[in-house]
Amino acid sequence: MKILVNGAWREITRDVLAGALEELGYGRSVVSTAVNGEFVAATMRTRTVLAEGDRIEVLAPMQGG
Amino acid sequence: MLQLYQTMIRSRLMLGTARYPSPAVLADAVRAARAEIVTVSLRRESAGERAGQAFWSLVRELGVRVLPNTAGCHAVKEAVTTAHMAREVFGTTWIKLEVIGEDDTLQPDVFGLVDAARTLCAEGFEVFPYTTEDLVVAERLLAAGCRVLMPWGAPIGSGRGLNNLFGLKALRAHFPDVPLIIDAGLGVPSHAAHALELGFDAVLINTAVAQARDPVQMAAAFAQAVEAGFAARQAGPMEPRDLAAPSTPLIGTAFRG
Repeated sequence: MKILVNGAWREITRDVLAGALEELGYGRSVVSTAVNGEFVAATMRTRTVLAEGDRIEVLAPMQGG
Repeated sequence: MLQLYQTMIRSRLMLGTARYPSPAVLADAVRAARAEIVTVSLRRESAGERAGQAFWSLVRELGVRVLPNTAGCHAVKEAVTTAHMAREVFGTTWIKLEVIGEDDTLQPDVFGLVDAARTLCAEGFEVFPYTTEDLVVAERLLAAGCRVLMPWGAPIGSGRGLNNLFGLKALRAHFPDVPLIIDAGLGVPSHAAHALELGFDAVLINTAVAQARDPVQMAAAFAQAVEAGFAARQAGPMEPRDLAAPSTPLIGTAFRG
């Protein structure tokens, strides 16, 4: 199915967030996630089922002021 | 020592981590500033890109406390969600809350700021709101549960110093017991010294250090200025006068009378 990852459309085969992140290559990265604007804690990723067209945000630490 | 929520801090100079020429210069600047707190952020990272991971490793090696921000958020919902994400990644309940209201000045949307602060404080965050010098907004932020305020000196990255001296002095006088940290707009060490002389508890500097020709030397200069300003405040500055007052005693002046 197609989902929007950080503003870009991506095709994935796994429909659970944890699996999708692995498939997308975020396997061991320190990231935080939101689905359709709602924060999804790391502990909830294995229980979060994705649907076609979902908007996923994958954020990582970055320099800031 | 300065108490920020339950944490005691020795250094009154906080440093932003953005816009440095290189990670190595950032690390040297943090050390030169003797900063105990640095601000960090969250951004989108594409898979395979390791910039964020490398940055986080660097910060952890510095052994400083991090204050994540919600920079770039223009809506309450965005800011609250970003705060949740930051708490998980950085492992802290501290959040420098920014809800930007205007793109040219990057001034806070103070209405959204108060709303977001209320939500986050109720959820157990320790909120450092980036605000203006407005007294009423400050009251509302404190009522929302904030125990620290971060009024701007001038627009972010402008380097203009303390734009509204009267307003900032009023804020300091109005809330004598609330930690007030000047955030944004300071350009040179004398601005920071001035802020501390006025009784502000600390300053947060980013662009003025990161964009200096020599960021490490500038970080050290800011550290000295902050120490001087704080010491001067403790020493009790004299009251300014409109007319001259001779510093040399007049009694016994030669050729008089």
